[in-house]
Order: sequence, then C-alpha cells, then structure tokens
Amino acid sequence: MAAARQKIKSPVWTLARRKVVWAYIFLAIPILFFAYIRIYPALFAFQMSLHDYNPLAAEQPYVGLENYEKLVDELNKRKSPTKAAFQNTVNYLLLGVPIQLCLALMISLMLNEIRFMSTIYRIMFFLPFVTSTIAIAWVFRMLYQPRFGLVNVMLQLVSLPQQPFLKSPAQALPSVLSLVVWQGMGFAVIIFLAGLKQIPRTYYEAAEVDGASRWHTFRFITLPLLNPTIVFLLVLQTISFLRMFAPVLAMTEQGRGGPLDSTTTVVLRVYREAFTSFNMGYASSLTVVLFAFILIITIIQLRVTARRIN
Amino acid sequence: MRFTKLFAFLAVVLVLASLGTVALAQDDMVEIEYWQYNFQARVDAMNELIAQFEAENPGIKVVHNSDIPYANFRDELAASAPAGVGPDVVTLFYGWIPAFVDAGYLVPLPEDPFSEDFILEHFSPMVANSKFEGSYWAIPTAVRSLAMFWNKDIFAAAGLDPEAPPANLDELVEAAIATTVYDGDMDIFNITQQGHAAALASQDHHWFREVLIRQYGGAPYSDDGRTVTYNSEEGCAAFSWLTAFETEHMTGSNDILDGATNAFVNGDTALHVDGSFRIGTIARNNPDLNYGVAELPVGPNGEHHTFGSYWTHGITRRANDAPARLEAAVKFLQFITTPAAGTLWVNSVGELPAQAAAASDEAILADPILGPFSAGLAYSHATFFVDESAQRQVLIDAFDNVRLGGMDPCEALDEAAAIEQELIDSFWADRE
Repeated sequence: MAAARQKIKSPVWTLARRKVVWAYIFLAIPILFFAYIRIYPALFAFQMSLHDYNPLAAEQPYVGLENYEKLVDELNKRKSPTKAAFQNTVNYLLLGVPIQLCLALMISLMLNEIRFMSTIYRIMFFLPFVTSTIAIAWVFRMLYQPRFGLVNVMLQLVSLPQQPFLKSPAQALPSVLSLVVWQGMGFAVIIFLAGLKQIPRTYYEAAEVDGASRWHTFRFITLPLLNPTIVFLLVLQTISFLRMFAPVLAMTEQGRGGPLDSTTTVVLRVYREAFTSFNMGYASSLTVVLFAFILIITIIQLRVTARRIN
Repeated sequence: MRFTKLFAFLAVVLVLASLGTVALAQDDMVEIEYWQYNFQARVDAMNELIAQFEAENPGIKVVHNSDIPYANFRDELAASAPAGVGPDVVTLFYGWIPAFVDAGYLVPLPEDPFSEDFILEHFSPMVANSKFEGSYWAIPTAVRSLAMFWNKDIFAAAGLDPEAPPANLDELVEAAIATTVYDGDMDIFNITQQGHAAALASQDHHWFREVLIRQYGGAPYSDDGRTVTYNSEEGCAAFSWLTAFETEHMTGSNDILDGATNAFVNGDTALHVDGSFRIGTIARNNPDLNYGVAELPVGPNGEHHTFGSYWTHGITRRANDAPARLEAAVKFLQFITTPAAGTLWVNSVGELPAQAAAASDEAILADPILGPFSAGLAYSHATFFVDESAQRQVLIDAFDNVRLGGMDPCEALDEAAAIEQELIDSFWADRE
C-alpha cells in the first residue's frame, strides 16, 4: 500500500512525458522508413564500391580500392566518358547556378513590385518547377528539332541559319542547360520573393528619405539582407546541378549523354555503368566521389557565404 | 477497443491470405516465369506459343512478363536478380550472353535435349557457332539477317527503275544521290527527302563491322574474336565509304527527319539497311509504304555478306535452384524452339525460324520480302560481343567524330579500335 501510494505521488509516466514518448513513437516510423530507404542504401554504396559488384552475379568479390584506381585511370586519360562526365557536371554547375540565381533575383525583384495580376505571373514562373521533368525535356527536344522544331522555324523566319542544338557537341550542353535553368528558376523565384518580404519596409523608407538611388538601395539594403536566402539557394541549387540526370537522359539520343559525351553527367554515368554495363561497384565509387564533392562544396559555401551575413 | 477490433480483423485477413498461399502451393502446378522485352509482335507470338504449351502440359503454368520496354530491360533484370526474383527463362540479345554468363546468371543448356549434335544439325550456322566456354547457354526461336529496303515510289519519282535496287556499293551511292531532295542549298539540314542515311546507333554499325569491312577485303576481328583488326587500310576504306553519305554526298543523316529508321518507315528515305523485324514495324505504322527488299549490295570484291543476329532464350540460375522449375523450363524452351514455333514466329514477327529446315522453306525463299533475308542466312556473320552496348558506342563515337568533329575517318577508326580492344581485353582479363 505504502509503495503504491508512493508511486501515485511521483509518477514516472506523467501526462507530459507520455505525450513525448508517443511523439517519439510516431516519429520513429518515418525515421525508420527514411533510414531504410535512404540512409541504408547510401551507406551500402560505400560498401559496394569496394567490391566487383555485378547485380546479376551470385557472388560479389571484394576488390579493395580497385574501383577507385580505375576511376583515377579514367580521369587521367586524354578522353574518357568518366572524365567527360565530371567536366560537364562542373560546366553545368558553374554556368547554371549563377545564371539561374541572377535571373531569378531579377524576376523576383520585378514580381515584388507589381500588384496587378501578380498571382498569375507567379504561377507562370512556378509552373515549370512542378511539371514533370521528363515531359518538359521531351517538349524541349521537339523545340530543338532541326528544320521542324519551333526554334529553328523561328530562326528561319528571320533569315538566320538553322542550328543543330542537341545534335552538335558544342551546342548540346547549353541547350540542355537552358531547360534546367528555366525549370528550376520558379523555385528560386518563390524563395527570393519570400526573402524580399522579410526585409522591413522601414529600411527602404529611410533610404528614400536619405535620397538613395535605386542601385544603392539594392546594393546596401536588399542584397545584404537577402544574404541568408542567397546562401540557402546557392547550396540547394548547387546540389541539384551536381545531381543532374533526368533532362540529359530524356533529351539525348537513346539517353546516352551524347553526342560524343558532350552532355553526359556524373549521375548519368553512374546509371549507365550500373545498369547497362553492370559495373555496380565502379558506379558506386563514382557516387561516393560525388558525395564527397557535394559535402565539401556545401561546407565551403556555408562557411564562406555565412560569414558575410555579419 | 476500436483498435483491438481492427487488429483482430487484420489477423483474420492475414490468416486467410496465408491459407490461400498454402493452398496454391499444394497444387501440383509448376509455375515458371518467362521474361522478354516489350515488342508487340513478339509478345503476341509468345502468348500464342504459351497457350499451346500450357494446353500440352497441363501441369505447367508460364507467367509471361513482357511489360518492360527495351531501354529498361537490362535494368529490370539487374534489379530483380539481387532481390531473388525474376525469370526462369529469359530472352536476351545474343550479344549479351557473354556478360550474363560471366555473371553466372545463366546456366548451360542441358545436354538432353540440347546436345551439341542436335544444335549443329538443326540450327542456323550462327546459332551453331555460339558455343562459349565449351557450352551452349541459350537457344533461339528465330534469327534475323540484314538486307536492303528501298522505297519504290521515290525510285520512280527520281526516274530510277523501281524494280531494280542497287546491286553494288557504287550503285547504292548513285541511287542515294539521285533520290535526295534539298530545300535550298546542298546541306544536311535542308534535306526534305533522303537518299540514304547512315545511322550507326541502329543497324549500320553491324553493317560496317561484318559486311562492309569484309567486302573491302578486310576482317573486323581476329578469328578468335579477341583482337580488333578493323583499323586496317581496308577497314578505313569501308569507313570512309560509309561516312561519306553524310560528310560528302550529303544524302541524309540520323539527326534529321526523326531518325533514319523512322524516316524510312514514314516514306521520307529511299534506301535503308535493316533487319527483317522492321517488316512488322512498317506493317503497323505505315502499311501503305510501297517498298521492296533486296539482298545487301555486293562490295568491291564482289562478295555477299550480311550480319546475322538473334534474340535467344536462356535458363537462369534461379530456375536451376528448383528441380521442378528447371524441368518445366527445359520443356518450355524445347517447345518454343521447334521448327513449328519458328514458323508461327515468322508469320507474326517477320524473323526467320532458327531451325534451318524451316528457314529455307520454299514459301519463305519465294516470298519477295522475306526471301532476301532468308538467302542472307547462308552468308551471315554474328559478331562475338563482350559488351554489345559499349562496343556499339565505340563505333557511334567514331562516326560522330568524323561527321561532327571533322576527324579523318582513318584516325577515328584507329581511336575506336584502341578503345574496343581495351574493352575486349578487360573482359578476358577478368575471366582468366
């Protein structure tokens, strides 16, 4: 009896604690799911990269760092699909992220000004982002068609020479890139708009009173206060450009990343090595390197750009 | 309380479901799974064969998975194998067999009923020559060869005799030039009607490898298939001849008019090299196309050659693990490779029966469309591929280097040979 009374006095399971425990139990389900579906396979890729992993085979012999040695060899060759994949991915990134963010910033500054039909405009910019990439890629592929594609028809109308676009090793990468920039821009626009709304109006009013020019207002108020938004977008878009895959698969002949490997990306290489050549071990070593790349770039970006906020 | 009821309900459902599974398993039925990629004519033909097979073998049920598009077929196989599911009998391109054998995915065909003598005696030479590592690993229903398709209407409109297709390579070039129509300057992008477009991503890499090089007096590979030999004077002459269609004569390109194959099917191209399987495509997509088929033109040395290939059925490791399924798989394999199955196949798919007796049937030889393909079986060569898709890519790139990069054909071919040799060497290095 005494013991029981003691328990009632200071119960371990207070209502509040019980609530917390239930919260954890419910949270555990998505976490377990996430761990099994995302984290476990990601870690498994590290293990696969140390094996001669052929998905069709019954046994997967351990080969140590052989896949990584092969990767270094490929990168040291004068020409190789793997080397092209890394070079292109860097090109996509270095061209794509600045162009996309600058355009998105310009557009969101303008959208921030207008009132009449502003929702319609926002929807128009955001729509591509929520549309299936594969569908868009196929539409662009048709637009780029020689002779009958809309772009070439328009070029002909103004008496300009036809362009091969996706058929030319020189033009194919920019052609794919323009789709990716356009499609991802809506997302950046929405985030920039949210960032712009966060900037207190009083700052602008004060600047106006001081007679600051529009450029000075942008340079000394908008841009610095938008810095956290820019950092956020920079990190996110960099990762998305490094992971580019679907547009190249859909827009190039038989999904090969051609012509002459001019559009292929690291992730496309991973896919082709794993599933058409069955070199899953080598493909995994590529993903591990890409993972390291993304990690390093993200850390550097966070360090460098976050400092400027202060 | 409500939860308790729900759990009770779920428990009852689970028990019932498991009882159902047990009941099915206790049945005497042996169920085997058969996979092929999605190609409508093949799917229909195989459904018919399966129906016949099941009627003859009431104890066996064949589950036919043909939903996977060609482009994803290898992915799906690669995904299914580690999961322990997948086909017992699978149809693969013959050029993939070494890679699947290398992975231990296929088991050798059993001596009974597929003895070497039986295969040598009854099957086309390209099948009989498919022994790898001392065994036969797969056996086809049907085989294909390449021939030349020509559009009779375009020939007539260009003032050529619509019943006289080019008989040699020079005539082919002349006819291609005569039938090309430009809208403006002589430029690839101004073509509205093509004479001939070389498309290495389709069948033309085979045409080059096994036909053109030999017709120019060279050989694509050494006799054991382990050394690339096409980077020779003859190979270069053949490659220059092929690339000239786009770079010099400007009679067409795979980059325009929706690709070389579609362009012919749509009636926009005069001459096209393809396999008998294209007959079905034309029949479905453009039945009114007025075309003819001829044997591939002879080359400078006057010789006939063609490329032979086939989709072939193998038994997987998975079937081998269960004696009952293995037995059923062997029976099924035997059934779908008979001359009768081949005859059913030729009528619906257009591919020729793999058993020589059925392929050289009088009716087939006399057929104006199938006859040239059937005649080609006698002089066909099937390349020994270690990685068909990578080896194809090598020649696609060589061709692109010439037409897009302005590289010299001989130089492009040298580069291709070096890369392909590396592929072949690395395959054999892993096996020894």
